[in-house]
Amino acid sequence: MPNVSFDDLLADDGRVEPRDPMPDGYRRTLVRQIAQHAHSEIIGMQPEGNWISRAPSLRRKAILMAKVQDEAGHGLYLYAAAETLGVDRADLLDQLHTGRQKYSSIFNYPTLTWADVGAIGWLVDGAAIVNQVPLCRCSYGPYARAMVRICKEESFHQRQGFEILHTLSHGTPGQRAMAQDAVDRYWWPALMMFGPPDDDSPHSAQSMAWGIKRFSNDDLRQRFVDMTVPQAEALDLTLPDPEIRWNDERGHYDFGEVDFGELTEVIKGNGPCNRERMAHRLRAHEDGAWVREAAAAYAAKHAVPEEGAA
Amino acid sequence: MTTPPSTLFDYVLGLADDALVSAQRMGWWISRAPELEEDVALANIGLDQLGQARALLTYAGAVEGAGRTEDDLAYLRDDREFRNVWLVERPQADFAVTIARLLVLATWQSELYVALASASDPTLAGVAGKAVKEVAYHVDHARLWTLRLGDGTEVSHLRMQQALDAEWPYVEELFAPTAGALVDPGALREGVLGRVEEVVVAATLSVPQVAPAIGGGRRGLHTEHLGHLLAEMQHLHRSHPGAVW
Repeated sequence: MPNVSFDDLLADDGRVEPRDPMPDGYRRTLVRQIAQHAHSEIIGMQPEGNWISRAPSLRRKAILMAKVQDEAGHGLYLYAAAETLGVDRADLLDQLHTGRQKYSSIFNYPTLTWADVGAIGWLVDGAAIVNQVPLCRCSYGPYARAMVRICKEESFHQRQGFEILHTLSHGTPGQRAMAQDAVDRYWWPALMMFGPPDDDSPHSAQSMAWGIKRFSNDDLRQRFVDMTVPQAEALDLTLPDPEIRWNDERGHYDFGEVDFGELTEVIKGNGPCNRERMAHRLRAHEDGAWVREAAAAYAAKHAVPEEGAA
Repeated sequence: MTTPPSTLFDYVLGLADDALVSAQRMGWWISRAPELEEDVALANIGLDQLGQARALLTYAGAVEGAGRTEDDLAYLRDDREFRNVWLVERPQADFAVTIARLLVLATWQSELYVALASASDPTLAGVAGKAVKEVAYHVDHARLWTLRLGDGTEVSHLRMQQALDAEWPYVEELFAPTAGALVDPGALREGVLGRVEEVVVAATLSVPQVAPAIGGGRRGLHTEHLGHLLAEMQHLHRSHPGAVW
């Protein structure tokens, strides 16, 4: 009986709201996906946060602080969206901290130079936008609405990243080399952000049927390549793939084969920074425990009516 | 009465450096705060401080009249040329220290900026007028956390008291006579301490009784910590002389 209205809603391209009936599998899939998205936002604060103290101008420092702050804000909306499904943030964080839930593997790559901040904005936020714009039409209302706001901010971040690289690629020879090196290192990991190829993506079909996912991994990856190649030309930087060329017949850019073995290794925990990212997150969480306990104790003390207070 | 440009330059630079060094310390917290809301809040406060620093550095450059920009002043001065107080330059990796320091700094800035907003210098009055609203939020944030930590758990009470004890020696430097000051630093003492002490007492903490540190930041004499902070902040900018970012 409940499934009838759920199915009708999906058939109608309607939005499922928190109090609507929904299959357990749908709820579990959404919790997992939204939580992993939230975790990605907060872990994603680290690689860029790594350059806040060293940003090369005060203007860039301000922009970067605001950007990393936006990521914390995205984490907050997403945890709130997940909470509408009956879980709570503390439990989700616990699952991140104990390795039972993951975050986007891209954040396990290091930011070695300032240009990496530009490459993350341009390529990583660019790929995130391609992944996330369709989520604005996701069948689950609170997630879809959170994504509308997040996508607006991400697109602003992507332009900022492009502008950082544009400035560098038109700067001194040292700056130009820094920009090219960053693009060389971030290009392939950015393509991996769309996930495994379609013939090796076990959950995709169900997510498509539920209106959570709208396009396949390979379709989105192609869309990203098509969008990015002309931008690389505008930047006067080279993408590190000699096989990139326009294919008239397909109406798309061809590109080389992504090394999904590397993706698997990074997801398994063997990327360049997996251990550092988790250690940083855990340290922040553990170092802050006494503060959260104090806030809870204070709130409890001051919520108790005076006459009942010990 | 007009202030000679060189002392006005030093005075504005002092206020700019207080804000800049604070912002640099505050930026460290982003991704390390006790909870996500606090990452957002501390980033916000750091951004406000950075904005104040940029406006003040730009003005200092104009007063000096030698064509130095905000970045020239931020990135190309050595620690002996910085004019910030010691309160802001020491490490700030403990949350209680961060809150204790913010309570003092923001309350002082709040009193100072109110006074400067009606000072005879229109540029400084404009910058201060905008900053008044920002630091009011900083004071409130620090006040609420001082209450929660002071009157939270036994552990938090102890840590907050230790943080106040650690910061207190550096409070007095804020009120020391300063060349070129448009607002007499000593005149702010009573108002600032009155407000801060009220919060400390409400938080069930005690006002530390400690001897003031010797200070000297306004004359370019700093603790050893500032050099490390600047080395990190300035190295990339200095590695590419003349580059545009």
